[in-house]
Amino acid sequence: MTLALPDPQVSASAYLQGVIDGLCELSLKDPLTGLANRRHFMAVMERTIDMVARSGDPALLLMFDLDHFKKVNDTYGHPAGDKVLQVVARTLMKCVRPMDTVARYGGEEFAAILPNCHGHYGEAVAERIRQTIENLSIPIAPGVDLKVTVSVGGAYAPEWVRSTTALWTERADTQLYVAKAAGRNRVALDQPQEIFVSAEEKNMLFGHLALGDPAWIESIAGDTPAGNAGGNAQRVN
Amino acid sequence: MSDELKSPPVEAAAAAVPLMPLGKVVAVTSGKGGVGKTFFSANMAAALAKRGLRVLVLDADLGLANLDVVLNLYPKITLHDVFTGKAKLEEAVIKAPGGFSVLLAGSGMVEYSRLTPEVRGDFLRIMNSLVPHYDIVILDTGAGISDVVLFSVSLASEVIVVATPEPTSLTDAYATIKVLAGQQKRQTVRMVINQTARLGDGRAITLQLQQVLDRFVVSEPGKSVRIIHMGDIPADPSVRQAIMRRQLLMQSMPGCPAAMAVTQVAIKLQEALMPRGG
Repeated sequence: MTLALPDPQVSASAYLQGVIDGLCELSLKDPLTGLANRRHFMAVMERTIDMVARSGDPALLLMFDLDHFKKVNDTYGHPAGDKVLQVVARTLMKCVRPMDTVARYGGEEFAAILPNCHGHYGEAVAERIRQTIENLSIPIAPGVDLKVTVSVGGAYAPEWVRSTTALWTERADTQLYVAKAAGRNRVALDQPQEIFVSAEEKNMLFGHLALGDPAWIESIAGDTPAGNAGGNAQRVN
Repeated sequence: MSDELKSPPVEAAAAAVPLMPLGKVVAVTSGKGGVGKTFFSANMAAALAKRGLRVLVLDADLGLANLDVVLNLYPKITLHDVFTGKAKLEEAVIKAPGGFSVLLAGSGMVEYSRLTPEVRGDFLRIMNSLVPHYDIVILDTGAGISDVVLFSVSLASEVIVVATPEPTSLTDAYATIKVLAGQQKRQTVRMVINQTARLGDGRAITLQLQQVLDRFVVSEPGKSVRIIHMGDIPADPSVRQAIMRRQLLMQSMPGCPAAMAVTQVAIKLQEALMPRGG
């Protein structure tokens, strides 16, 4: 990475600032793809956990793993592999909002943090990314275009609760594994806790109520005759 | 107690990564409020104490505790003082009228009704130091399915869901069991039906709940949650009298139908928890 630094003779402070900016850039970014590096990503994750614990705004962590990437390296060589990683990185950046952070997490693994991302959006974003990458044609040599696919796993940070980077990552990773195991090139998101009781469930719970079973209605009627309680007493004795 | 226990990561409670439940800790929960959860906890504790067990009831309803009201106890030192470091844990554990020990939340606990790492850590530390001293620890949890409720339930090896035959109570009980099965991977949930009007009502209700769970809640293939029907507490005017006088039913009217039903549940629980000693 070459930086156009100001002339130190003209302004020492501007030069120094340039050096500092350059070093910051180096320490935060992945050199190959220009995405956030893992260290920077972890810092963003920590900050997001703090925000979610305070605000309760949902935040989504997505993990991406290129499918069969080793084959690309083995068949076309590492420069081709690097090219693929760069194109995928650019594509990821295009698919998310400026406020989101995308990182190169490991070799062919990428990750993204999407703050303030409500349930149905998460699914949509992850699916859009998967499709966009599937539709890419990546030119790695004259006349040679490669197709790649990506598996996506995701998990929301628990709202109002302080999570840890390890736990959050683990849940997203588990989903990534689910996506891989299900045949790759797909999205799996950790579903937020489901405490919804559907109409169908209620119907079944109170089916006999709907039929107007008089015994049941009588049994839940407010005032209970003392005789009934007595009847139960015999049983519990 | 001086041992500073390293608390597990906080997310475990909300995302319900199953914790290692503590032995002989029984959580009493309900989903819906006002179904007699605290009344049941206190009286079952008295029934177990009467059977010679060392019992502690812990007010886990941190936000809106009313165990103090049920027991008519207003101690100077409460869980709140332990949390804030103003008192030692031993000072906050007091004797309740029914012959059991009790740790009351006390007022001012609303600030702890949100599950922060500190609250979680404090709670775990307290539980870990108390549990070895008792045969059974009963956690009287709050209503609803909040983080704090799920967290305190996750510390218990057994859960008793209290419900009344009203549709609202049953719906909330069902939702609670659904979450416990899904998040905490509970295989069994115990159930007590309070204020039943007739013999067999509770069993019918429990069967119905089981059928709906079998159909809609399959956490793992072949492993759906089982409801164990612990018993019914019949609607009994004595209960209201005891509550209004702020006495334990087990003490003021031990021979009434509801008190005897509570004793039956207590015996069943004791047999389940300590098969040999029972």
